[in-house]
Amino acid sequence: MNYTLDFTPVIDGLPDLLAACFGTFTLAIFGMLLATVIGIGGVVLRQSPLKPVRWAVIGFVEIIRNTPFLVQIFFIYFALPLAGIRLDPTPTAIIALGINGGAYAIEIIRGGVQSIPKGQMEAGLALGLHKAQVFRLIILKPALRAIYPSLTSQFVLLTLSTSIASAISAYELTSVSQRIESDSFRSFEVYFTVTAFYLVISWVMMRIFALFSARYFSYPVK
Amino acid sequence: MTQAAIRTDSSEPMITMTGVGKWYGAFQALHNVDITVSRGEKIVLCGPSGSGKSTLIRCINHLEAYQEGEIHVGGMLLGHQAKTIDAVRREVGMVFQQFNLFPHLTVLQNCMLAPVKALGLSKAEAEQRARHLLERVKISEQAEKYPAQLSGGQQQRVAIARALCMRPKVMLFDEPTSALDPEMVKEVLDTMIALADEGMTMICVTHEMGFARQVADRVIFMASGSIVEEAPPAEFFSNPQHERTRKFLGEILGRH
Repeated sequence: MNYTLDFTPVIDGLPDLLAACFGTFTLAIFGMLLATVIGIGGVVLRQSPLKPVRWAVIGFVEIIRNTPFLVQIFFIYFALPLAGIRLDPTPTAIIALGINGGAYAIEIIRGGVQSIPKGQMEAGLALGLHKAQVFRLIILKPALRAIYPSLTSQFVLLTLSTSIASAISAYELTSVSQRIESDSFRSFEVYFTVTAFYLVISWVMMRIFALFSARYFSYPVK
Repeated sequence: MTQAAIRTDSSEPMITMTGVGKWYGAFQALHNVDITVSRGEKIVLCGPSGSGKSTLIRCINHLEAYQEGEIHVGGMLLGHQAKTIDAVRREVGMVFQQFNLFPHLTVLQNCMLAPVKALGLSKAEAEQRARHLLERVKISEQAEKYPAQLSGGQQQRVAIARALCMRPKVMLFDEPTSALDPEMVKEVLDTMIALADEGMTMICVTHEMGFARQVADRVIFMASGSIVEEAPPAEFFSNPQHERTRKFLGEILGRH
């Protein structure tokens, strides 16, 4: 092996790489927020008394979970302009991440809702609360707590999936590192560094999830 | 306000059930049930498991839909529209076998939730009401704790206070002591007795025959979804008319 390590291009590109980390974070955070909204909204619609609404949710979940994320990103990026909506790569990537993560979140959160004893719903109704109030005020929090580990591991996956947004050249870590690599041919150095960065990003995400859990799900259970 | 209000004519019965029938698919859970409960009356409902007693009281606040007959609560017909169901539920408190406290809310928050969200009370009013009622069930020092930090008996007393925070005109108890350890039964029964002494209209599904003797105006015995007999407790226990009642009493009193 005569290969001499040379991190100079990486060090020169560091400001750009750090800014790209921030881009990755942005995609991940907004993607998660959208996924959470879609996840909870989807669970509510999934319980709708109207059959077509329930079917629409089931159809959405099945389509998203059985097609590649890369194809979904391309579809949104190239299909939206046909509908007259022209978005930059970053908002497109956020929407794609939110939709994809949302489909998985629907199934995960639905499991949580089903794990809540029927008596909770009954106690809420007996107190004169409406079904929607019971869901929002009584069911939702314990349901989210029950599935929080699954949801957060799904969200770590979502964070890592932001790299796929490099395919539409969204501003994030993978696309920036590809540029540095193709300028310098220092593939190993670049991807070694990027790997380390992704590890740190995942770790920071897990810390955020843990802090959130300590803040919102700290009530004691038997 | 468009919501139907419960009339308060005191001569009128609090609850009337006439010819109530209830099915789960092909299985008939209630057969032609007729019950009239006066204001302030205390009814104990007993019978073997599967006799329909829980189903019956769950029909009164429409946790179970009934298919036949009529139920009036406070003079208002309990139909199947959301509006009358809500109006009735705001006037009828229920205590469950499994307590069903909300685990993510403190004792105080458990008691404040429905008054704020269903009745529109201010937080301050709701808190004042909650603290007062927690005091009445002798558990005010636990107000900031979560349900999981309380014993079963304490949880059930909180559940009673929570229901009372809605200022209900009727209280339904669905086997309130069946899930409790024996040493906690008394504290819950004492709370119920105190409530009865204050004149609350109560329907209690329970096998606590001591409670029935002490508190009930009438004991109703059910079997296979029908009312078999009803009588004041003295008569019910000393002179049951039906074979099924005698058999049931023999089993349940024989245990003690």
